[in-house]
Amino acid sequence: MPPALATHELCKRYGDRVALDGVDLEVGPGELVGLLGPNGAGKSTLVKIACGLVHPSGGHAEVAGAPAGSPAARAALGYLAELFRFPGWCTADELLGLHQRLAGSPGASAERADLLELVGLSDAAGRRVEQLSKGMQQRLGIAQALVGQPAVVLLDEPTSALDPAGRRAVRGMLEELRRRGVAVLLNSHLLGEIEQVCDRVAIVARGRLVAEGTPGELGRPGGVEIETAAGTRSFSDAGREDVPALVAGLVGKGERIYAVRVVQGTLEDAYLRAIEEAQR
Amino acid sequence: MRGLGTVVGYALRESLRRRVLTVVCLLTAAFLGLYAWGASAVFDEVAPPAGGLIALDTQVLTGATLLGMAMFVTLFLGVVLAVFLTLGAVRGDAERGLLQPLVVRPVGRRTLLAGRFAASAGVCVLYVVAVYAGAVVITGLIGGFWPGSVVLPAFGLAGAVVVVVALTLLGTTLLGTTANGIAVFMLFGAGLTAGLLGQIGDALSSPTLTNVSDIAVWALPFEALYQDALFALTADIEGVTGVLVQLGPLGGADDAGALLWVWAGVYALGAALLGARAFDRADL
Ligand SMILES: Nc1ncnc2c1ncn2[C@@H]1O[C@H](COP(=O)(O)OP(=O)(O)O)[C@@H](O)[C@H]1O
Ligand SMILES: [Mg+2]
Repeated sequence: MPPALATHELCKRYGDRVALDGVDLEVGPGELVGLLGPNGAGKSTLVKIACGLVHPSGGHAEVAGAPAGSPAARAALGYLAELFRFPGWCTADELLGLHQRLAGSPGASAERADLLELVGLSDAAGRRVEQLSKGMQQRLGIAQALVGQPAVVLLDEPTSALDPAGRRAVRGMLEELRRRGVAVLLNSHLLGEIEQVCDRVAIVARGRLVAEGTPGELGRPGGVEIETAAGTRSFSDAGREDVPALVAGLVGKGERIYAVRVVQGTLEDAYLRAIEEAQR
Repeated sequence: MRGLGTVVGYALRESLRRRVLTVVCLLTAAFLGLYAWGASAVFDEVAPPAGGLIALDTQVLTGATLLGMAMFVTLFLGVVLAVFLTLGAVRGDAERGLLQPLVVRPVGRRTLLAGRFAASAGVCVLYVVAVYAGAVVITGLIGGFWPGSVVLPAFGLAGAVVVVVALTLLGTTLLGTTANGIAVFMLFGAGLTAGLLGQIGDALSSPTLTNVSDIAVWALPFEALYQDALFALTADIEGVTGVLVQLGPLGGADDAGALLWVWAGVYALGAALLGARAFDRADL
């Protein structure tokens, strides 16, 4: 099975501004990958190239094995843009119906009802888009991206207009997508969100991929703290595997030990470190 | 093909729900009402045919002049409709974020453009034909004047609005909503000016002016089609009356022949293809 999304040496220049500078990224089938990076890093550009909205200046991208932008690639993906708008005159249900026809989805009204239920908009099916709050429109946008059961869904900052409860609902929804085997590329600068749901995280800065790995791998151990009678001692270079030796050494010196903590570096630390390195 | 139907349906529903068509129909009804009122007043006032040396048929003169004027208004309303249905279809909608969700669907950019074209052209053709038919019936019933050819002028008007739709569609792949609207109306104005220049050239018997006008009118073939439609309206009127009624507003009647239709077709198709190419290459 080909990867849900793969980019090779992907470059994009707008005039003399470089938005992407040789990015290699892969999202496996059913994998949930978070794309992190500061504003202007090139996250949206990468996703737009994958959707065929933007033409790359170099390199190439494939969606489910088909070249990005080809009809086969477009048929395999669902997309929610960072800045999107739906026609105010159509109802939530009509919007999904339009996208079912455009996507050639045979799902009919059952699919629409299922998707509206998934994003918590069942009660708003008959309401016009212009009567929905921005947060509701964003949830409708997520439902729209899922029309036609795409193999991969590209979500560009899908929670920017959501309140904390809405964000939690989206996390639950992403978990549901994982259960259904849908691959997801999630753009965000909300680290906590990505840390909680993503299988893997890729960090981009200035158009380059600067770090990649599971949230656990990226959040490298941040040292060991041991509480003794004399106070807390920090061993900032030590990791979990060093704990027995450290404890044995201290006990050997006659110290009394009350607690041992392995300090886990957060994704935030890893992110800031990676961004800082990229700026140099 | 199914994709095309979906896009056409979307475009039509959009214009219905946004009440564009409702407003247009109401205003058009008002125009036709006003036209009927004016026509009956004018026909009441013109004297019955005066027998004399010159066979001037005032009824025919009045009828043809009124209908020619109604055709100009029809063209104008049709162009306004064409522009407003189409002006933001690509760049404008992309700037507002409306287009991207549609473009990423498998139907593709070409089908989207073709669907917008078909919907706008279809609505505008139906519209000008209906308004023109209304004006013909009103003039005929009130003043007893029926044009020499009823069908040909309708074709000319329909062709003219289709050309304008194609130009607006090309414009929307290159320009944002406001800039495109201004550009297309300027072109329309240029066409009308070219027609006016031709009339002045005819009146002054200036071949240079007439040539300039002819070239400009063919470069903007909606004007040529409009002049052809005026010609079809008055072609069978003879004698002095015939000469007098050749002077339509903003572009005198002019028989262009079949070549014009070929040219207008090539022109509209070329504009649409250029638009499709620009759309294909655009980053959205
Ligand atoms: N249409 C465009 N024209 C010119 N520059 C652009 C365009 N779109 C994006 N850029 C530039 O490309 C860079 C990456 O932008 P973007 O992909 O939107 O970043 P992100 O989504 O990570 O915030 C930025 O410097 C931005 O200014
Ligand atoms: Mg972005």
